[in-house]
Amino acid sequence: MGSISLSHVKKSFGEVQIIPDISLDIKEGEFVVFVGPSGCGKSTLLRLIAGLEDTTSGTILLDGVDMTKAPPARRGLAMVFQSYALYPHMTVRDNIAFPLKMAKAPKEVIDQKVEYAARTLNLSSYLDRRPRALSGGQRQRVAIGRAIVREPKAFLFDEPLSNLDAALRVNMRLEITELHQQLKTTMIYVTHDQVEAMTMADRIVVLNAGRVEQFGTPLDLYKKPANRFVAGFIGSPRMNFVDGPEAARYNASAIGVRPEHFSLATTPMPGAWKGKVGVAEQLGSDTFLHVHVDGLGLMTIRTDGDQTFGHGDDVYLTPDPARIYRFDAAGLAL
Amino acid sequence: MARAASIQTRIGFTALAWAIALLLFAPILWTILTAFKTEAEAIATSPTFLPREFTLENFGAVQDRSDYFKHAFNSIIFSVGSTLLGLVIGVPAAWAMAFAPTKRTKDVLMWMLSTKMMPAVGVLIPIYLIFRDLRLLDTLHGLTLIMTLINLPIIIWMLYTYFKEIPVDILEAARMDGAELYNEIVHVLVPMAVPGIASTLLLNVILAWNEAFWTITLTSGKAGTLTAFISSFSSPQGLFLAKLSAASLLAIAPILLMGWFSQKQLVRGLTFGAVK
Repeated sequence: MGSISLSHVKKSFGEVQIIPDISLDIKEGEFVVFVGPSGCGKSTLLRLIAGLEDTTSGTILLDGVDMTKAPPARRGLAMVFQSYALYPHMTVRDNIAFPLKMAKAPKEVIDQKVEYAARTLNLSSYLDRRPRALSGGQRQRVAIGRAIVREPKAFLFDEPLSNLDAALRVNMRLEITELHQQLKTTMIYVTHDQVEAMTMADRIVVLNAGRVEQFGTPLDLYKKPANRFVAGFIGSPRMNFVDGPEAARYNASAIGVRPEHFSLATTPMPGAWKGKVGVAEQLGSDTFLHVHVDGLGLMTIRTDGDQTFGHGDDVYLTPDPARIYRFDAAGLAL
Repeated sequence: MARAASIQTRIGFTALAWAIALLLFAPILWTILTAFKTEAEAIATSPTFLPREFTLENFGAVQDRSDYFKHAFNSIIFSVGSTLLGLVIGVPAAWAMAFAPTKRTKDVLMWMLSTKMMPAVGVLIPIYLIFRDLRLLDTLHGLTLIMTLINLPIIIWMLYTYFKEIPVDILEAARMDGAELYNEIVHVLVPMAVPGIASTLLLNVILAWNEAFWTITLTSGKAGTLTAFISSFSSPQGLFLAKLSAASLLAIAPILLMGWFSQKQLVRGLTFGAVK
């Protein structure tokens, strides 16, 4: 239960084409993250799967059944919204019970499932409160509880953590990942945050301007990006790109080197790029050096936290030759 | 505290507010006082402020002549009935306009409002003829129907404004939770919009209660409401000011009391969702 298959799905709003043509197969039980910059169509794609938007053309299969024209209520999916979208006039208990009431479940079953979900999500002592009396994290858990009790074919998350503060976000990220390991239900998770994508996903769909740039495991995307866009989007700090004659030496129109794939020296080395440190960002465990490299521009270098480079220091950078990414003129990986 | 008004300014505004309120209330106060006067005192050329001789005989006379309770009953059925019917039609209509708008939604809303700009007398003859042919003249259900149609634009507009304030996410969540349209509206939208629906209801009950044009022209004896009841006392045979006042007082008292007790809701209704 829980395979999702999109075939040539297209979506336009009036004249504006949001999704030109997407085909995608999501396997049962998979945790798939849609990631991309804002406006890339990731939320629209999720809403098409949910049935909250109609496709312009193409088909959507859930568990092999054509659901392209089915209303959201019939698709058997559950969704967690960025705004939580709790029912403000209902208590936590009624919020969680709502999908079961809609499914006309018997009262004992409803009570039992609500109690269970509340225990799982640490909400037992809040069951009689209204959403407005809860904190952001608690609200998000209620929204998740409401999704769980339905025992859906798949969970859809639409940037569920964006309204939480940084510490809580990390906690909820773990909770959701743990939930997936417990339930083993298909999950689709939309985010613009590549860290969330990398840490949570079984497979990541990188979207750009309504197109799938690459669909693969987090490490695939990191190690073998299909093109310059994916290479630049996945990984933090982002990859450094160099074009022109320096790239031509590697038989490419552009090359990319990740900040963690440099070796650093204070004395001239053959083949090294000479630069001056601009800003050194010390994170404790790591230090990010922003280096102005002669003729190549600004580059970010990740070094260990014990380095003591400062503003104005001369450094020599040698990219790890085995980890240089090469791209052709169209931006495709060579 | 540059913006805090000085004590003089506040006293000035308070006095002004009281003056305006008294000015507006004066005719109603005069009607109330006249209702308790004798006919002779009511038309005396040197009018008295308080009744010289406090009497309740006007009320008795009014009930004897025109059966207040029958008219009051009609008024209640007519105003509450037309408003409830209007809400039954208006809620789904406003839902569609607020949450599933098309390119033409704004035009439709404007067109509906424009029907309120037309003088009612402009459609009197067609409506009268239709009512005659459908045998709806002087029937309470006919009157309720026409009032529903007349107030429907206001009902839809008000509900539309309130619904627009409700985040669409919550309705979408209901759809994802397996709610079909009926459940989405009944279990999620309506409970969330209760304050807005209440003020729509109150305002439209008041508008219908005070409706005189259609109730007078489309009824005679049977289906007359309180507005028709009052008008029957301003007869060409001679003005009976005290009785007319008694009748008016009886007609406005229920709605005045209702308005008094629901002031908060009404203010929200009249400001059309402008204040949150």
